[in-house]
Amino acid sequence: MSRFSLTFGFFDEDAKKEIRRAMLKAVALPGYTVPFASREMPIARGWGTGGLQLTLSLITEEDCLKVIDQGCDGSVNAVNIRDFILSVTGVEETMDTRQATVIQTRHRIPEHPLQAGQILVYQVPIPEVLTAVEPDTARQKQMHANLDYAKLWVLLYEDTSQFGDSRMSSRYPVVVNDHFAMDPSPIPRYDIPRLDNNPALQLFGAGREKRIYAIPPYTRVRPLVFADRGFAVEDFGDRVCERCGAAGVFLDQLYRADGVHYYCSDSFYCDSQLDEAQNAAPSR
Amino acid sequence: MLLHLDDLSKIYGVDCGRCLELTGDGTGSPICPQCGSVVAVNRVSLRVEEGEIIGVVGESGSGKSTLLQLIYQDQPVSHGAVYFNGITDRSGRPQNILALPPTRIAWLRNHEMSMIYQNPHRGLNFDFSAGGNIAEKILGTGERRYQVIRERSLHFFGKIEMPQSRIDNYPETFSGGQQQRIQIAKALSSSPRLLLLDEPTTGLDVSVQARILDLIKALQQEMGFSMIVVSHDLGVINHLTDMTMVMKDGSLVEYGLTDQILEDPQHPYTQLLVSSKL
Repeated sequence: MSRFSLTFGFFDEDAKKEIRRAMLKAVALPGYTVPFASREMPIARGWGTGGLQLTLSLITEEDCLKVIDQGCDGSVNAVNIRDFILSVTGVEETMDTRQATVIQTRHRIPEHPLQAGQILVYQVPIPEVLTAVEPDTARQKQMHANLDYAKLWVLLYEDTSQFGDSRMSSRYPVVVNDHFAMDPSPIPRYDIPRLDNNPALQLFGAGREKRIYAIPPYTRVRPLVFADRGFAVEDFGDRVCERCGAAGVFLDQLYRADGVHYYCSDSFYCDSQLDEAQNAAPSR
Repeated sequence: MLLHLDDLSKIYGVDCGRCLELTGDGTGSPICPQCGSVVAVNRVSLRVEEGEIIGVVGESGSGKSTLLQLIYQDQPVSHGAVYFNGITDRSGRPQNILALPPTRIAWLRNHEMSMIYQNPHRGLNFDFSAGGNIAEKILGTGERRYQVIRERSLHFFGKIEMPQSRIDNYPETFSGGQQQRIQIAKALSSSPRLLLLDEPTTGLDVSVQARILDLIKALQQEMGFSMIVVSHDLGVINHLTDMTMVMKDGSLVEYGLTDQILEDPQHPYTQLLVSSKL
């Protein structure tokens, strides 16, 4: 027993069982939002409790944990959630995407390609993709049952006719396994194609909205786009990360007194690029 | 034959078993004296041919609008059957559309039928632009090419005599008559075979009414769809329809050629209706 007189992973076994069952159902129905009894957590709802409950229910002593917030291992929320999970499980922690077995994330997919056996747990604010077009939850369920997504398409049509493309920069709707439309959580467009055919298990938890959903490994995920239009991701031009020089990755924009700066959004990726450059440099 | 209604009934409330025989024509009330349920539509049978225009008249509460909603599947039917041309079971026999799974009913509503409501707020989504509303109906038919959807929206927007520059404006920026025309464009954009009109011009001033009726009539002649027009305005019925059915207390009391019904009404209620024309 750890120095706290709590069960492993904070929850009692009944709570874990209930959440695991919801996760299994979610995996069996890719993209379908499964309701679950979201527990009270030591952090407020809306601050990652959905992802936290998934992580705590599926983590084992052998797991190696990584927690990121907008790609960064060091932000306050990531650090607090990681500290809490470590304090109630005592598992190993890491920042290395390649070593982690469970990665809890807020709004990013790590730059390093994920591998089979890894689990990516997303924190989700708004799990229902139809919320934007239909406020009535009963109607939403009917629309999902009938695969009636005409209203989502109308949003896309309106943006295309007025602005040439969808204005959605994050939370871009996707269709999972050629069936349900799904909210991918507020990841940037850059990450949308990376959901597709991903070897890792991707789980989504919304604590405030009490929903769990999943994309099983190697599942087809397509953004909602017109047949005669393409899907465009963020265009950074020829900009590179000012710290590590990486190109073709998702960059954060920083506004400072001397102008706009660009850095890797994934802090571990940035560090690992620097390490590699250092190791490759001839030693004296 | 495009549409066949077979003994269609709608009872609001619990059916005591004698509701249908205790209400309707001859009893003077649509309310069942035994159980108090309201029989909105009482054993109505009707056949609609391709390209035919049928008018439904009757006083408020006689079941006209409910009848349309039963056909369009806005309301569940209590008794009876609805057959639609082309909807058959595996052996090719006509199939009652009320027994279809929801996805096929949705298909029917998206491809074969359209409804125009009296209140544009029911027929249009005010969160979407005019073009978006038309696009919603086209998207419902399964079209997923932006260019095609855009061009068809513009085409039908032009058909209702609206300047194309206004297609991306929102419904609340249009007048009542214009909103009604946008509803018509939306309803027709899926090229339906049956158009249901529920008091399409009620609440509009006379000159706008006339223009909308002319528009509907011109589009019907061009596209050849069948129509069922509900109105309590005999002028509208006379202007638009070939055949007329008269409803009273949920029952169909008289059916025939529009001219005949208006010139030589047989049923006492129809006589009253025609003679009360201002």
